[in-house]
Amino acid sequence: MTTVTERLARGKSAGRRRWVPTPKFLISGAVAVVIGYLAIVPLYYLLWGTFFDDRGFSLDGFSRAYGNSRIGELVTNSLWFAVGAAALSLTIGTALAYLNVRTDVPFKGLFFAASIIPLIIPGILYTVAWILLASPDIGLLNSLIEPVLGPGFFNVFTVWGMIWVEGLHLSPIVFLLMVAAFRSMDPSLEESALMSGASRWQVFRRVTVPLVRPAIVASILIMVVRSLESFEVPALLGLQNGIYVFTSRIYFVLRTYPPDLAAAGALAVGLLVFAMIGVALSNLVGKSGKSFQTITGKGFRPRPMELGKWRPVMGGMVILYFFFTVLAPLAVLLYTSMLGFYRAPSVEAFQSMNFDNYRELAGMNKAVTALKNSLILGVGTATLVMGIMAIAAWMVVRSKIPGRQIIDQLAFVPLVIPGLVLGLALSFVYLRSPIPIYGTLFILLIAYCTRYLPYGMRYAVTSMHQISSELEESAQVSGASWWQTFRRVLLPLLSPGLVAGWIYILVVSFRELSSSILLYSPGNEVLSILIFEQFENGQFTVLSALGVVMVLTLVILVAIAYKLGAKVGLRED
Amino acid sequence: MLSIDHLVKSFDGERRRRRTAKGDDAQARVFAVNDISIEVQDGELFTLLGPSGCGKTTTLRSIAGLERPDSGAINVGDRTFFESRPGKRSINIPANQRGLGMVFQSYAIWPHMSVFDNVAFPLQVRPRSQRPAKHVIAERVTRVLETMELAKLADRDATKLSGGQQQRLALARAIVIEPQLLLLDEPLSNLDAKLRESLRYELKRLQRELGITSVYVTHDQIEALALSTHIAVMNEGNIIQLGKPRDIYGNPNSRFVAEFIGTSNFISGVVRGREGERHTVETTDGQLVLDSAAALPAGTEVIVSIRPEAVEVSRDAHPNGVANEWSGKVLTRAFLGDAVDHVVGVGKNELRTRSNPETSIEPGTTVFLRLDPAKLSLVPVG
Repeated sequence: MTTVTERLARGKSAGRRRWVPTPKFLISGAVAVVIGYLAIVPLYYLLWGTFFDDRGFSLDGFSRAYGNSRIGELVTNSLWFAVGAAALSLTIGTALAYLNVRTDVPFKGLFFAASIIPLIIPGILYTVAWILLASPDIGLLNSLIEPVLGPGFFNVFTVWGMIWVEGLHLSPIVFLLMVAAFRSMDPSLEESALMSGASRWQVFRRVTVPLVRPAIVASILIMVVRSLESFEVPALLGLQNGIYVFTSRIYFVLRTYPPDLAAAGALAVGLLVFAMIGVALSNLVGKSGKSFQTITGKGFRPRPMELGKWRPVMGGMVILYFFFTVLAPLAVLLYTSMLGFYRAPSVEAFQSMNFDNYRELAGMNKAVTALKNSLILGVGTATLVMGIMAIAAWMVVRSKIPGRQIIDQLAFVPLVIPGLVLGLALSFVYLRSPIPIYGTLFILLIAYCTRYLPYGMRYAVTSMHQISSELEESAQVSGASWWQTFRRVLLPLLSPGLVAGWIYILVVSFRELSSSILLYSPGNEVLSILIFEQFENGQFTVLSALGVVMVLTLVILVAIAYKLGAKVGLRED
Repeated sequence: MLSIDHLVKSFDGERRRRRTAKGDDAQARVFAVNDISIEVQDGELFTLLGPSGCGKTTTLRSIAGLERPDSGAINVGDRTFFESRPGKRSINIPANQRGLGMVFQSYAIWPHMSVFDNVAFPLQVRPRSQRPAKHVIAERVTRVLETMELAKLADRDATKLSGGQQQRLALARAIVIEPQLLLLDEPLSNLDAKLRESLRYELKRLQRELGITSVYVTHDQIEALALSTHIAVMNEGNIIQLGKPRDIYGNPNSRFVAEFIGTSNFISGVVRGREGERHTVETTDGQLVLDSAAALPAGTEVIVSIRPEAVEVSRDAHPNGVANEWSGKVLTRAFLGDAVDHVVGVGKNELRTRSNPETSIEPGTTVFLRLDPAKLSLVPVG
């Protein structure tokens, strides 16, 4: 009897082993292929298109790109701009974070209002707002102080102007990073220094700063890389006076006719190298920083330091900061959007205000299409990325699939690729590819999915880590198949994180400019492209109206995200 | 019922190293489970006991199918769950086809489901051909919830339960499919001391009533002694001693077991002579006679394990003089409520003793210790 059942059992299991692909195998295989494709192919084509032409290997692109006498100036400008913006954002962001976490500074509510600014005002709108405020000819601030300091005192079209705008736009990100660092520091470390007889200043210098140094160094590097990759500010402010950095130079080279793809590629490779160095350094710092991690896990509420007579002064500084980062740019956009033509505020100007620009927008086919395209792309990208990443996160965190770490690393590759470089790389791919997607929305979808892969990964992996593996194993022991476990246990538990990631990706896709600028084609504009076009045509008033609409849409999206309990502000773009 | 045969599992990283490095460096490998064999009979509650990292959880997870061992075999009833031997085609039934019940250390209660849904899940995910009808599922779930006294909470959010209720829910979920074998991974370790004690008896009662064969993993020796029919004491991937709770406590086969289970004093010495089971051992502080089935020849170096409660402390010497009476000086004393511990200095050694709370002697007092020959045990050196 036993032998018969045994034989039956053996026959059955032997039949099973004649390899049938399981859903687990098929799905994870597909996900791995998609991630690999998105991460590797553009880089490959970029390098190939840069180093090879019709005659084979060639460095002509490099000599055309770098052979020029002004190349030294390009590198200097790029680094000057990047380091300057990083230093400015770091100083402001760290000071504000310290004030907010450790002192009794007033108006704490304003800090967090300011911290979501980079999310709700896209870089291009922020830059345009600052042109409206501080251009030497039409700048509002200039016209305000003209009676005192003469015309054109502020000039945003300089390297200093670029640093100012970029640094201000980045400062909330530093603020959030540093708030996290200060919060996770055990205040008893400072208190024991005080008890040892150190003065407040000595405590700050000898205990506080060294403890948050890893966070500071990491912030500097991240900000330098981001400024290097920034396209909006250098393109809108620098090109006017011939101040070139890598990104704006690439754009300029592609704009001339015929576009020199190999030279643009050579510049892109240069930028990529700088970005990679920065990211590698910040990873290194991040790793060494763990050796004195200050998180103790205890819920401590540090007693805030009393500022005393400095309290009103600091309060004034906070208001000033809020005015410059939030109020002025938003107000100037709103103000301009209601004017027939841009002019300094006056009784007349206010009397002439109306909603004509908004009416024009509503009747403008292009604007409606652009809004629609942005929404389609945003929703499409967010859904695709989070869907793929839910599976990828499982593979990386939970599975024992050999090579799963490679998936993790591949998904983070796009992080070092600047948007403009990705746009260029994808045009290399699909200009040559027989698949006719160049010039369709689809190529933008691929670009966005690639760019936001790392963010999707981070959200999905973080939430996967929060789910105890025993929850999954208990489903397995209960007899659930892989797919049943995934659908009935993991997916519901992951969903808060996935939804947060979904909205974040929707928000960032909505404002994407630097990849789109090289990949869009007439008829397929998205909102940010439309704004860019209107800027080039000098249509500031309609642009402002469009900007207000865009900001409002983003505010609604971000509000929903906050409502859902997602800590969207804590994720840097 | 359950038989584990020469099970081996080394850590992942180590296995990879072995594959790449030339030559046999089996010595260098770190084993989570190093060639263990176990037989568990029907209806038994078998405990794997040991310090953390001893391989008990890895063994349990191998039975569950959550870990893939390197070699050996695991059989439950007449089904082979796992088999991997040189020259034979290996078998490894996936966890979800083994049909076992398991209670996890964290309980692993799915927080997005109600109490009812948690218990119904194992029935709902069966292959369509074996899946019971909806009303049958409801009936069976209700029945199990009633056994666990959770029926009133069926519609409650699973996360809203107290620690003890969660523990019962996890158990309900594990037994709803009436598994052949129930696996318990430190199920009481997340509870506070009071609750742990009451649930210990509850668990024992349930296991008896349901007659369900169980494998229990714990690092808590008291839990193991109170619950088990058999205990396997593990250390560094090996089973050190396997036996009934009373044997393991009374006759530890090694210093490790004696130290791990309960507290013990150790005194080294040499066997001087033997008559039947009665051994005479010469120690640095005097002679001891004791009973041991070990039957060691004269001249063997041994360690004598002395349980604190095997020592009687007295202010006065025994009027007639008895064997194993030593004198010493009380060094410290601790009142524990239901007992009093004294640490007594004897020669160079210190002996911990436990007596009833009435016996309480000032430190500094000279006392007489009488060691019960039947309660001492011999542990081989090493």
